[in-house]
Amino acid sequence: MGSTNSTLSKIPNVEELMQETGFTPAHIVRLYDRFEALDKEKTGHLRPQDFGAINRLAMNPIGDRIIGAFFSPGQETVDFHSFVRTLAHFRPVDKKRPKDPSMPEPVNSRTSKLKFAFQLYDQDKDGKISRAELLQVLRSMLEMQVTEEQLESIADRTIQEADLDKDDAISFEEFRKVPPARALRLTYQHGAFAAQGTQNTKTCKVHAHRK
Amino acid sequence: MPALLRSTFVLVMVLLAISRPSLASEATGNGTENTITTLPIVIWKWEEIHFPYLVALWVLVSWLCKLVFQLNPCLTRVIPESGLLICIGWVLGGIIYGADKVQTFRLQPFTFFFYLLPQIVLDAGYSMPNKLFFGNLGAILVYAVIGTCWNAATLGLALWGCWLGGAMGNIDTGLLQLLLFGSLIAAVDPVAVIAVFEEVHVNEVLYILVFGESLLNDGVTVVLFNVFDAFVSLGGAQIDAVEIIKGIISFFVVAVGGSLVGVVFALLISLLTRCTKNIQIIEPGFIFVLGYLSYLTAEMLSLSAILSCTFCGVCCQKYINANMDERSVSTVRSTMKVFANGSETIIFVFLGISAIDPSIWVWNTAFILLTLLFIFVFRFIGVFLLTWILNQYRLVPLDFIDQLVMGYGGLRGAVAYGLVLLLDENKYKEKKLMISTTLIVVYFTVMLQGITMKPLVTWLKVKRAAVSERTLAEKIQNRTFDHMLVAIEDISGQIGDNYMRDKWNNFEEKWLYWLLMTPIARKSCDPIFNIFHKLNIKDATSYVKEGERRGSLAFVRNESKADVDFNKKFGADFSEMMPYIMTENMGPDHVPVSSILRDSVPSVCLDMHEQDLKMRESEDFDAHHLLQQHLYKGRKQHRHRYSRKHLEVNKDEHEVQEIFQRTMRSRLESFKSAKMGVAPPKKISKHLKKDQPQKMPNGKSADTSKSHAYGDEDLEFSEGDSASGCEAAGGSFPMRAYRGAGIVNPAFMAEMDTMDPMPPMQQIPSWLAEAEVDSSNMVPSQRAQLRLPWTPSNLRRLAPLCLSTHSNDSFLLADSPATQEGISELPPPPPPQDGQGQGTHK
Repeated sequence: MGSTNSTLSKIPNVEELMQETGFTPAHIVRLYDRFEALDKEKTGHLRPQDFGAINRLAMNPIGDRIIGAFFSPGQETVDFHSFVRTLAHFRPVDKKRPKDPSMPEPVNSRTSKLKFAFQLYDQDKDGKISRAELLQVLRSMLEMQVTEEQLESIADRTIQEADLDKDDAISFEEFRKVPPARALRLTYQHGAFAAQGTQNTKTCKVHAHRK
Repeated sequence: MPALLRSTFVLVMVLLAISRPSLASEATGNGTENTITTLPIVIWKWEEIHFPYLVALWVLVSWLCKLVFQLNPCLTRVIPESGLLICIGWVLGGIIYGADKVQTFRLQPFTFFFYLLPQIVLDAGYSMPNKLFFGNLGAILVYAVIGTCWNAATLGLALWGCWLGGAMGNIDTGLLQLLLFGSLIAAVDPVAVIAVFEEVHVNEVLYILVFGESLLNDGVTVVLFNVFDAFVSLGGAQIDAVEIIKGIISFFVVAVGGSLVGVVFALLISLLTRCTKNIQIIEPGFIFVLGYLSYLTAEMLSLSAILSCTFCGVCCQKYINANMDERSVSTVRSTMKVFANGSETIIFVFLGISAIDPSIWVWNTAFILLTLLFIFVFRFIGVFLLTWILNQYRLVPLDFIDQLVMGYGGLRGAVAYGLVLLLDENKYKEKKLMISTTLIVVYFTVMLQGITMKPLVTWLKVKRAAVSERTLAEKIQNRTFDHMLVAIEDISGQIGDNYMRDKWNNFEEKWLYWLLMTPIARKSCDPIFNIFHKLNIKDATSYVKEGERRGSLAFVRNESKADVDFNKKFGADFSEMMPYIMTENMGPDHVPVSSILRDSVPSVCLDMHEQDLKMRESEDFDAHHLLQQHLYKGRKQHRHRYSRKHLEVNKDEHEVQEIFQRTMRSRLESFKSAKMGVAPPKKISKHLKKDQPQKMPNGKSADTSKSHAYGDEDLEFSEGDSASGCEAAGGSFPMRAYRGAGIVNPAFMAEMDTMDPMPPMQQIPSWLAEAEVDSSNMVPSQRAQLRLPWTPSNLRRLAPLCLSTHSNDSFLLADSPATQEGISELPPPPPPQDGQGQGTHK
């Protein structure tokens, strides 16, 4: 763990970061490695192009939206802290943690996970998924032989289903009510990313190999 | 209860009939041995047919048993069906034994392994929830492989220890034999487990773990059994490290090889179903035969047949379901269930019957009780141990209650019994003891644990399966989440679960779909699209149901009402699919309707084409009503033609013509009476006027107008050729009208154009109301006209349905083209005499 400590010492305010995100030191180190690997020009900041360089991300139909989610509006770059903060959404929910209403909502709660997904749709940040926005997402995800007409009817149908207050748009409240079963899966899978608390060494190794 | 008694009585009678084969055969023997002196009118041929006869009777008896229980729901609520079937097996066995003084019927291992088991395994594989299964494959394999080995080893060793300690008295066995016994009884039985767990409805993860484990560990247990059997044959002295290593290797080769054989057959089936489009009627047969062949092939290669069959079912389901016709899919599904359920029933009944045979029973209290105890205890220990290990890696750990249920769900069943019967009595001196013990274990687990399972699950508050309705929004979100997770993994540079899934999906989309699916199926396999399709169907069905409930013919007839409703309820869904219709309905610009039809049909058709059965019902219903009004009862019959190749109902041309003639005649009559009565004010709708310049030139020259206005209909109603017979009779208007417009319309048209009786645009809410408005003899024409401008929006929905309907039902044709005609503007007005001439001419 010597290397862990040495890497940690390179990161400023690491304690605070861990406190905020709930990542373990091992996580942080791993993420830092990754961050540096992505940051080809060693500027300490990632630009959208750096994300774009990840090969398989380019194949992801909503990849650019996800990249976009890392950048707060108006900013061209993202530093390590915000990088980690964004990823922290995907840490699994801590089952053991006692419910403490006085504490602020943890960043990896179900709600904030859903919120993350929601803002992928909601590109104009008006708190609502409009028909056009939904249509865009659908278009990118269903690039198969579905015609525009069909696409539109799917979008309408979806909105109709989720839309409780009949404003022809899906608000976050409506959004989070949609899939009771699958939202669980979200945590479950996000768990997949961060459940490495236990398998930490293994993933670290994988990473080392890659380098 | 009287039902139960009655059925039991019937069963007894049947059994008595069966259990006298000796008597019967004697009689036959006497009859046939004598040289024939005179021509016998009937002879008793029991000897020749008794085998298939008995098989069929047994199947019948077993199913009757099941039927009896289903008549008593209060009974099945307490005791699981499998337990009840065993009980009735006892009763039947008792009767047979009482009659014959020897147990004539017994479950033969060969019958079990080659005729009864494959069906169950194939069905289980085929209906396995795929995603869930592969998602939990790791855990399932751990339970199935390691768990089974653990059970076998611990039971064998523990029994051996007790035997050495002298707890069992004087029985002739040894370590290897006990291990063999352990291995054959180690496997949780899918038949028993499914029977119990299906009734309990536990949550899906728990279900798939238990189910998958029970299915796969059957394969494992058979392999283990064979290895140990070989060891016993070799004898203890010859077994050295090499043999043991060989044993382990053979274990894996057999298991993996069997699975691979299954996968190969799955590919084969998928490929075959790609090109069975023209022989849909035997399409389902391929799946059964190839599934069975996968079992037999694996058996032939001494690989694990059960695993082969399972994987065959699991792997091919997605592709064949996409490739095959909807009807074939449902045929496969239900046939598979019939077979599987049937075998299951027979197996349980025979498990009961087999017990009523004093010759197999050897009692050794210590051995039996210790086996029961060890099985129970070690199953729990094994489950807890393995779950503990798995929970280190699982994202959603299995909680304690789930583990308890898993442990408790370790029911043993017919596979163990089948295997124990295979033992060679010369090698295994205590075979009978093993058989009795196995039977006791099976009874104990199936009956006792089966009965207590449901209360236990309730009491422990096990998470039940959540009944969730799948919605489109949900599906889309899922998809987004999937993409999101993959992207996050990419960004964080981790290779995880999602990475593998993504890779696999890419591979599947790129290669497997291309290889195994028909182009059409490829399109519809997208889940979002699929669910959209399903929802549309649901809506359409509920719409039809609603319509029928409200006023039977609302769909076609009740124009304005249905229209309003339609717009309100479904307009949002369908407006996109039918943009033309909506515009057309508003009437600002008149696109030629035929072209609209052609354009809009494909997209709608896509969504609707699976619905033909339900829709056909409703259309049939409409058509029947229609015809009931205009036909003599005696003529209104479907005639079914027997055909091995097609399922379609025969359409009888004569009948169609008859219908046509009658309708013509009644129209003419109504026309005449109308003419004598008061002619309504002349007022042609905008709608009509617009068309007239278009169509009038074609007016009389029916042939050109036919090609012009109805050419499209040939395209769309590819099955509409039933009229060809009529066409031959005369190409001029009535024929054509018949062709395009079905039966009722032509006369309406004639009336309308010659007289312009009613303004079609007039707002009359329903055709029921119009009866009050108008005198009775005017009703039909008015109805017809009313329909013209108002139906398109309704009909557009119908049109694709008609299209996809495979029926050649004449009534259907009679109705749907009529409505079609309504859309495609007006045919040229024929003089009424012409119509009459035609009508009588035919």
